[in-house]
This record gives sequence, C-alpha cells and structure tokens, in this order.
Amino acid sequence: MRRGPSPINIPAVALGLAFLYLPIAILVIYSFNASRLVTVWGGWSTRWYVALLDDSAMLQAAWTSLRIGFLSATVATVLGTLAAVALVRGGRFRGRLAFSGLVYAPLVMPEIIIGLALLLLFVAVDVDRGFWTVTVAHSTVTMCFVTVIVQSRLLSFDMSLEEAAMDLGCPPLKAFLTVTLPLIYPAVAAGWMLAFTLSLDDLVIASFTTGPGSTTLPIRIYSEVRLGVKPEINAISTIMIMMVALGVIAAAWVAKHNEVARARIVQ
Amino acid sequence: MSADAIESAGERRRTGWGARLVILIPALWLTVLFLVPFLIVLKISLSQSIVAQPPYTPVLDLADGFQGVREFSAGLSFENYALLASDSLYVTSYLRSLSIAGLSTLILLLIGYPIAYGIARTSRRAQLILVAAIVMPFLTAFLIRIYAWVNILQREGLLNDALLALGLIREPLVWLSTDTAIYIGIVYSYLPFMVLPLYASLEKLDETLLEAAADLGCPQWKAFWLVTVPLSLPGVLAGVLLCFIPIAGEFVIPDLLGGSGSTMIGQTLWTEFFSNKDWPVASALAVVLLIILLAPIVAYQHLQLRELAPDHAQAKDGVR
Repeated sequence: MRRGPSPINIPAVALGLAFLYLPIAILVIYSFNASRLVTVWGGWSTRWYVALLDDSAMLQAAWTSLRIGFLSATVATVLGTLAAVALVRGGRFRGRLAFSGLVYAPLVMPEIIIGLALLLLFVAVDVDRGFWTVTVAHSTVTMCFVTVIVQSRLLSFDMSLEEAAMDLGCPPLKAFLTVTLPLIYPAVAAGWMLAFTLSLDDLVIASFTTGPGSTTLPIRIYSEVRLGVKPEINAISTIMIMMVALGVIAAAWVAKHNEVARARIVQ
Repeated sequence: MSADAIESAGERRRTGWGARLVILIPALWLTVLFLVPFLIVLKISLSQSIVAQPPYTPVLDLADGFQGVREFSAGLSFENYALLASDSLYVTSYLRSLSIAGLSTLILLLIGYPIAYGIARTSRRAQLILVAAIVMPFLTAFLIRIYAWVNILQREGLLNDALLALGLIREPLVWLSTDTAIYIGIVYSYLPFMVLPLYASLEKLDETLLEAAADLGCPQWKAFWLVTVPLSLPGVLAGVLLCFIPIAGEFVIPDLLGGSGSTMIGQTLWTEFFSNKDWPVASALAVVLLIILLAPIVAYQHLQLRELAPDHAQAKDGVR
C-alpha cells in the first residue's frame, strides 16, 4: 500500500523517532559535560573520557565483553546458519516440529529463566563458571536470532542455482560454500552483527552464568548505575553507541557496494 | 500422494551424512544447552534449600545406581510450590508482572500502529530508511538506553526542567521510582518489537482493496476499520506476543526505573536467587512463570512457523 502519507501519519512517525532518539542524544551530549553534576551543564569537555582511561576495572570489563561477544557471535553464526539451512532445506525430516520449536523458543523466553536454567546446568555438570560459560550461554541464545535472519533470506533464495551446481557434479557441501554462501552472506553478516550486539548488551544471562574474575561490561555498568548517575558511564555509553553506529554504517555501505557491483556484473 | 513421492525423491538426493549433520549439530547443541537445563530447573524446584554447595538437596548421584535414584525421588517434594501459593508476596508479584505486561503491550500497540501505518504509506526508499531508523536504537545497548532515562526522569532531571520551563508544573514531580517510569522504559525499549511486525503486515496490504472500498462509497475511516485493521491482525498478534512474553519476565527496567515497593516476578526471582540464595524457590518461580507464559509462547511459535515456512505450514494443514 503506497498512497502517500496522510497529515496524521507524518507527525506519528516523527514523534515516534524523536521518542526513540532523544534520550540517546541527551546521553551523548551530557557525556561531554564539564560538570560533575549530571544535571547541570558546565560547558564542553572530554574529561570523563580521560577519566575512563584510568578506570582499569571498566576497561578490563569492556575487553572481556568484546572477547565474549566476538567468540559467541562466531559460534552462534555457524550454528544458526546450520539450523536455518536445516529448516529451509531439510524437507520434512522427523522431529522437524520439535526442532523448530527448540529454535524459536529462546527468541521470546524471558532471559531470567534462560539464565537460571543455564546456571543450574553448569552447576550440575560442575564446570568452573567464567569466560567460557558466558560465551556458551550467549552462543545458545543468539544463534536463534541468526537462524531467523538467515532463514528468511534462504526462503527467497533461488534454489535452482545450487541445484545446477550439483547437477554438474559439484558435491553438496562445495555447492553450498561456493554458490549459496556468497549470495546469502549479507544475511549471515547481519546475523553475526546482531549476535555480537546482543552479547555485548546482555546483563541478565551473563550475571547468572559468569564467575569470579569475568565481569562483563554490562555487569560492571549495572553495578555503577544502581548507585546513581555518573558522568563516566555517559562517556562509556557514548563510545558503545558510536561503535554500533559505525558498524551499522559500515554494514550498510558494504551491502550497497555489493549491490552496485552485482548490478554491474549483470549488465 | 504422487506429489509427495516426487518431492521426497528430490529430497532423497541430498539426504546424506552432510545433510544429517546440518540438523544434528544445532539440534544437539540446543538440546543440551536449552532443553536439558529446563529439566534441571524442574528437578531443583522440587528440592529443598540447604546451606551447602550446591545449595539444595537431594542431589542425584547416579553412581549409587538404583538405590541412589530411589533416595533421590524420595527427597523430592512440592513444598516450594505450596510456599508460592500461600505467600501473597509471590502471588502479587505474578499479578503485577502480568498487569504491567498487559497494559504496556496495549500502550505499545496504540503507539506502534500509527507509526507502522505511517511508514508503510511512504515511498519504497523512505520505508527502508525509516525501518532502519526504528531498528538502530535496538542495536545500541539496552542497559544504556534504560540508563539514559534515569538521567531524564530523576528529580533534577531534564523532564522536570523542561516542564518547569514551560510553566506546566510549579514543583518538580517525582518520576523516577514510579510505575510511570516503568511504563516509559518498557514502551521505549519494546517499541521496535511492536512496530516491525505491524509494518511487515501493513506493507503487504493490497492497495486495490482500499480503492475498491472507496469506489463503492465507503468512507476512508470505515475502510480503515473494515479492511486495513482486519488484514493487519497477524502483525498485531505477532507484535503483541513479541512484547508481552519478554515484558512479563523483565528485570532490568523495573529494577532501575521502578520503586522499591512492589516488585515484578523477574525481580522476585533475582532476589531469591542472588540475595536469599534460595535456588529451589527461584527454580519454582521460574517453572510457574514458564507455565503461565506457555500458551503465548506456543502461539508465537505457531506464527513463526507460518511466517517463515508458509509452504510447510500449508502442507501440514493439508495432511491434517
């Protein structure tokens, strides 16, 4: 449906976007506030960013979070893509319904239940909790998001390309890696990015599954925020927001670049 | 029957070791790390709390063989569930979670629908940009976005400053640590989850249907009510489920923005686990929450199956 927006639609969309972006904009602006009082504007300054460099606990937590995010997103992307291929290409294998239920359940399951369940598993099998348990927990939850993204791309994918390769004697794995994967990789990359940001963002599951010495950034931020608003937190938040924004812009640029290149090949 | 035979012949070509591994690896991963943990939660919810490591009894020791299993099952009890039912703290907590989730989902729907509708009526290019603009905040850390609201809602915060400057209020109002703050935080965080499914179903709407209604003399508002709204119901349902279920188990938002008086069930579970170290009661709370949310979760899964594999869903219905 495309009949042009009516006079009520434009304000609705504009207000919605303002509601979504205003708090973030305020946070970013106040991270450059010279005053320690978060509510009083004392002129522009980068002192809280400098202060951040001395906060070794915060930096350590950020480094832990980045490593967990990178590893878990990679594992989640491999597993999630496999699951998507199984759901789209597997046909009507036995247990398909149970399998899809297993894949979609973590998408809506309250985090607090998943966190508790995984912790009790780790205690039951008696593994030391820390970096690896959080990584495994994040991989498990985020793989399902990867599956949904890759699956919707695979559904609109022209299967005859892969079939042509196999008819010409290409083994299935090679056909998938050389024909299908290069064509669906924007979806796979988007899945990785989403998994990475979800992992970087998670407080609840990490709190349950982590152990001593592996404090992630959200856990660290949370313990500071509970005590009240602090300008340093505004600064680290701004850095994280900028990182995500840059990542999204880069991803959009790559996607566009790709499209242009493909259009040129087709011509 | 014959169509089935042809299809399965086509599939058989690829049913080798590789195809089986593609299913087995993620299935095994999710079974061990998602399904089995829930069985453990169920088991521990039937145990008793003790001061030890791990802090519950009985512990199933398979090394003792049959004797071990018998001792283990003799030690299980429904005591924790009886406690949940008898203590009004827990019952209120569940009711509070459900009512907050219900009301905020309704608010989300009322705010999200005009936004999704507005986006769906713009040009193709504008749609892509607007959808990206709606998704972007979702990619920036959730905790940080909630924290941003602490900045705004506190007593000397920007909201009070703005309202005072506009002359709408004379005294600063209390926003933080109220239910209003919880609703603001929830609506803010979950808005993309409501807008996206609504947009997806509104975008698919066939414009000619509205033209036909107009040609037949139907006023615009009536056509909206009789054509647009019914056709967008799958999107409404998806949005409602996608918001309601996680909100009911929400922890961070009520903890940072809400008051210390009454708690949502996520906070109650957190306190039982981390502060009281009562793992069995925390597990029982999780099991009951899961039972309450089972129907919406199953409904959501059904929608997902239809959405992502329409051909399979139809085939299944045909067989039935």
